[in-house]
This record gives sequence, structure tokens and C-alpha cells, in this order.
Amino acid sequence: MQPYVTIRHTLIALVEDKPGVLNRVASLFRRRNFNIASLNVGRTEKPDISRMTIVVDEDGSSPLDARRVEANLYKLVNVMDVQDVTNQPAVFRDLALVKVKATPAQRSEVANLAGIFRANIVDVAPDSVIVEITGTEDKIESLVELLRPLGILEMVRTGQVAMTRGTASGARYVPGTNGNGHYVD
Amino acid sequence: MKKSGADILWECLVREGVEVVFGLPGGAIMPAYDVMLNYPIHHVLVRHEQGAAHMADGYARASGKVGVAVATSGPGAANLVTGIATAMMDSSPVVFITGQVHSHLIGGDAFQEIDVTGITLPITKHNYLITRADEVAQAVREAFYIARSGRPGPVLIDICKNAQVEKVEFEYPEKVSLPGYKPPEHAPKADLQRAVELIEKAECPVILAGHGILMSGAMEELQMLAVKTHTPVAMTLLGLGAFPASHPLSLGMMGMHGEAYCNLAIHNSDLILALGMRFDDRVTGNLRNYAPNARKIHVEIDPSEIHKNVFVDVPLVGNLKSVLRDLIPMLDEYDHETWLAQIGDWRAESQARDILSWPDDDKLYTAKVIHDIWEATSGDAIVSTGVGQHQMWAAQYYHFDKPYRLITSGGAGTMGFGLPSAIGAWFAHPDRQVWVVDGDGSFQMTQAELSTAIQEGADVKICIMNNHFLGMVRQWQEFFFESRYSGTPLRSPDFTKIAEAHGIPAQLVLKSGDVQPALDFARQTQGPVLIEFQVEREEAVYPMVPTGADLASMIRRPHRME
Repeated sequence: MQPYVTIRHTLIALVEDKPGVLNRVASLFRRRNFNIASLNVGRTEKPDISRMTIVVDEDGSSPLDARRVEANLYKLVNVMDVQDVTNQPAVFRDLALVKVKATPAQRSEVANLAGIFRANIVDVAPDSVIVEITGTEDKIESLVELLRPLGILEMVRTGQVAMTRGTASGARYVPGTNGNGHYVD
Repeated sequence: MKKSGADILWECLVREGVEVVFGLPGGAIMPAYDVMLNYPIHHVLVRHEQGAAHMADGYARASGKVGVAVATSGPGAANLVTGIATAMMDSSPVVFITGQVHSHLIGGDAFQEIDVTGITLPITKHNYLITRADEVAQAVREAFYIARSGRPGPVLIDICKNAQVEKVEFEYPEKVSLPGYKPPEHAPKADLQRAVELIEKAECPVILAGHGILMSGAMEELQMLAVKTHTPVAMTLLGLGAFPASHPLSLGMMGMHGEAYCNLAIHNSDLILALGMRFDDRVTGNLRNYAPNARKIHVEIDPSEIHKNVFVDVPLVGNLKSVLRDLIPMLDEYDHETWLAQIGDWRAESQARDILSWPDDDKLYTAKVIHDIWEATSGDAIVSTGVGQHQMWAAQYYHFDKPYRLITSGGAGTMGFGLPSAIGAWFAHPDRQVWVVDGDGSFQMTQAELSTAIQEGADVKICIMNNHFLGMVRQWQEFFFESRYSGTPLRSPDFTKIAEAHGIPAQLVLKSGDVQPALDFARQTQGPVLIEFQVEREEAVYPMVPTGADLASMIRRPHRME
């Protein structure tokens, strides 16, 4: 048997900024058995629209998972647009705060590592520091692995956000829906 | 002019054309009930809110309009849940209105507070929690639009008590603005062209007609397509009536209990034209070997149905009626005489096995009783059913020539649907014959609505096929669980006495010779009538595609031993 290859898809959804929309999206993913790796919600340049960045793992058994996610998101009345930016020219960012055990003698080691990754030390306590790092998921993973031997006390990550470069837009698979060769008379 | 939220609610319902609502009052919906009397809307008092949900659903399916059910907060709304899920699974346009506790009390576990929008989120097309009177009009307007447009479905509006009482300036919202909701109408030309190419090449095509035909009103287009391309039409359970059963191109029902010749035609086809259906597991059997030689065209309004169960060659996303109107002029006329002759052979073989070909032995077989009901009603009744064996027999033996006649719970398979949905259908068409074909198990789930039927004078003829079992489960136990009848034998009350206690005339039928007089009695009596048929206990519905088997590997009715 072939091992399953997990394919990670990053989808951007524009949704109406109304109470309960996040719940609707989360509920949809649960009941359709979609596997969310991360979900980020925030405001946009338009006051009544929120933007979600959804990272889903496809188990490789069906090449149609990203399409299914998109088509199901459109069933929600509050979802206005969905695009898959996975293989598109786009900027992907995740932010992490990592609290690392560091005695005064170890601080310079942490500072060195942070410097290499262009991360910042944003808090210093007598026996720990908080490192703030922004970047792609794998860059953050690399720093976290290097900090782990020192002792990670706490960590928080925002989940990935994404934006396509220039005028590029993501892939839209679902015919007859918003933004996509859309045939509404 | 200032109006209370409750007044705005009814005002908006009147403007949506609502004439009847089904419900049961309680604390949190009392302000709405209080002013209801001032509006030209008839309220049908149910005995359990599940009944209200099914009545509104039956009304919607029979009329093509939006049904409305009303309940109070907490348990009232929770009792609707099965009915909401039933409407959701079958894409039935129903608006549910529930009372909710005062908005300041929400989240505080107040008396009769239940998170109804939370509970119903996965089983509604959309729902609203209304905390202020000035939100009522917009929500009602949107709810009706969402319920009936696109792929129809249930929408729930949960209105806090204070939002019913508060008075605000009322202005009817003429327009609905839903930036994220744009149901597709036409399919792209290029996709239509690809479909035409597949249809041109096909030698053994089959049309699969689903509920979407009825929902989009595309019966005429379907007939034009079938006749022009000389293509036989198989129907899903909910698609029955989309194409006349008596038409030479009709294959009847497909699927687990579909006609054998219909399933064989699908299995051996080289092109499937799926119209407004969703390849439910009950119609496909084993997906890996489903119509293995067929190219597939799928016309569907909901893009999430495309490739969901069956991968298709050409998806056409749009309103079925519009897509067919675009497609038909692009097609030439075809001739599939050889293919239809092959299907004709299969059909003849099926008819030889059919129970209707058996000589009369004075016993009662549900299939034969339903055949008699079909004849007695000239095939023109609205037939509503519960769920189980009797439902499948009704689908097989009541040959629906007209649309919107079969009212049945397909996707959800909700027992107890029959009586309340028939009452709802009667309100949609009080001029038509409305018959309930029910089982002894199904009937008892919503039997309380007999009171509603008599209170409203609903002219429904209730036929209970009593086989003293939860028959479909018994059949599965016989076939797949070595006949261990676990939890299926059923001791029921004397249904005729139950009916008589409600003031409903009733008859008991024990042998085949008594069927006709009983049906005549039902037809000639004004108002509700109940007839109990004590049918054969261990009859099975044939053919049957066992779960997980190929569509073509059916358990067939054994030939009769003489």
C-alpha cells in the first residue's frame, strides 16, 4: 500500500462580519469531517467583511478535498468568496510567541538564535525570555526545534495567514459560484 | 408607524403569502400568538411540535410554497428538531419560527431556554437569532427568500420575547441583500457543449430524475429531453411523479428497492444523465462498481453535490429548468430502439415475478392493497407515507403520473412522517384526495395528530398496513441477521378503536375480498377515515440491493411455488 501523502491546502474565505459566522464555519468542518490544521479570522479593509485563512490537511485519498471544502463553504449564506492559494504566488505568514527558559548566562545563546531567524526578544524575565517570530510555518518550526533543548515553557501561534502577490488570485474550483466565471442572470 | 415585533412578524408573513401556520404556543412565543388573531392566517394547533414541522413540510411539498411552523422556546423548539432535519435532508422549503427567552436572559439557563440556533445550525440552510424588534422584518424576508431559492431548505428564526414586544418604526424591506448567497442559474456554454457530445455518442443512455425536477418545476423539460433523445427515465424516491409512470420511457424507481429492470438499465448504461439528484447510497449501491461503463453528466444546483459520491465527467451547475432549456435545443433527435428492447426484456421478466401476477389467495399483501388504493383513487391522490416497508411498496405500486403527489421522508427516513405531512398536504390542496399509507410502527410515532385531523376536519384517508412488526427492520433481520427478531415484534392497540375514540370512522380489513368495500367506504365518507389492514406478517420488499452490494446484484422475489 502506498503511504498517504498529506497535502496541506491554504484557503482564503471572505465572510460577512456577523455574529456566529466563525461557529458556522467550524461546525461545517466538523460535520463534513474536514481536518483543519489552523483557522485564522480577522478584519479586512472593509468594515463588514472578515477574512479567514483556513489550512486543511488532505489525507491524499481523494484529490478533491480542497474543492469539497470550497463548495461546502459556499453553502453557508454568509460566505462570499473562497480561493485556494496553495500553489499560487503568495506570502504566507505565521506568528509565534515562544517563552524559553533562560538564565542570565543563557540569554545570549537565545539572542543569537533569534538573530539568525530575524526574531525578536520581546520580554526578559529573571529566568525566561519571550521570543517573537514571524515567518512561514517551516521557518517557525526550525527555530522552535532549536529552542526546544533550552526548555520551552509556553508557546502560542496565530495560525497561518496568506495573501497573493500582486494581482494574482487563488484557484477557484467550483463552477457557478461567486467570483468564478459566475453565471448569475 | 410603530409596530411591535410580533405585529411585524405576522405582517411580513402575510406579505409572503402565508395562509396557514402549524404550531403550539408556550411562554416565549405568547406575544406573537396574542396578535396572531388580528391577521388573516389560519393556525393549526398540533399535539406535538414534531407534527407541526412535518405538517409545514407536507404543505410545502404539496403546494410548492414555503411552509411555516411555530413553536415556543426550549422543549417546544427541541421537539421540532426531527422535523427540521427531515426537511433539510429532502431540501424542503420550511420556515420555522421559535420563541426565545428575553435577550438579557440568554446564556443564563433561564426557564425553557435552549440554544436553538446552536442545535439547528447543522440542520438548517440558515438560521437567525433575533434580539431586537427592528431585526424581525429583514430576517423574515431573507428567511423566505433563502428557503425557497437555490437548493431549497429549512430556515429557522429564533425570536427573543422582548423582540416580539418592543415597538419600532416599521418599513417593509422590499429588497433582500445577501452578498454571499447567489444561487447559480445557467451552466456555462462550454460545459453544455461537452454534455451534448456525450449524449450524441451514447447508445445506452439513462436519465436519472430526482427531486430537483419537482423543485424547479422542470417536468415538461424532462419529458421533452427524454422523448427527443429517446432516453428512458429512472426516478429516485423523491423524484417519483417527475415523469409519468405510465409513459413508455418510464423505468419507475431506482435503487435499493427499485425495479429490477430499472437497476439493470442503470448498471448496463453507457451514459447517465443525472438531473437534480444526489447519488444517495440508497440509489447507488456499491460506489466502486456503480454504472461502471457509463459516462456521467450531472445537472445540479448545489455545487457541493458534484463529485461528492460519484465522480462525473460533465458537471452542469445551475437551475435544472434553465439548464434543460439551454440544453434541449442543442440536441438532435436520437433513436435507441435496441437498448429499449433490451430493457423491455428485463421488464417482462420482472413483471412475471411480480406479486400482482399471483392468483388471489384471500390473504392481504400490502403491495396488492396499495395497488387497489391506486385504482380506487384513479392514481390521482396525494399519498403521504411513513417510513419502512409500506413506504417502499407505496413507491412501487402507486404509479405516480403527476408531480407533487408523493409526500415521503427520503433522506432522513423519518418514521411518523405520514399522518402529519398528509394533514399539511390537505391544507395545500383541500380539493384533492389525500391518503396516508402508513405502517403500524410509523403510525404510532405521531398518532396524537389524529386529534389535530379531527379538530381541523382534515379530509385524510388513513390506511395502516399492520403486519405486527417493525417490518423493514424485521426484513433485514430475516435476510442478514439469521431471522433473530430482536426488538421488532410489535403489539399495537386496536387502531379502529383509537380512531373511533377521536370521532373518526374506522374499519378493519382482514382478507382481500374486504379491501374494495373498505376503500369505497373511505372515499364516500366526508372527513378523516381510518382503515386498518391486517396484512401478511413476514412479507419482504423485493427487489432488494443489500447494503454495499452492486446495484445489479439484487435479492429478487422468489418465483411462486405452486
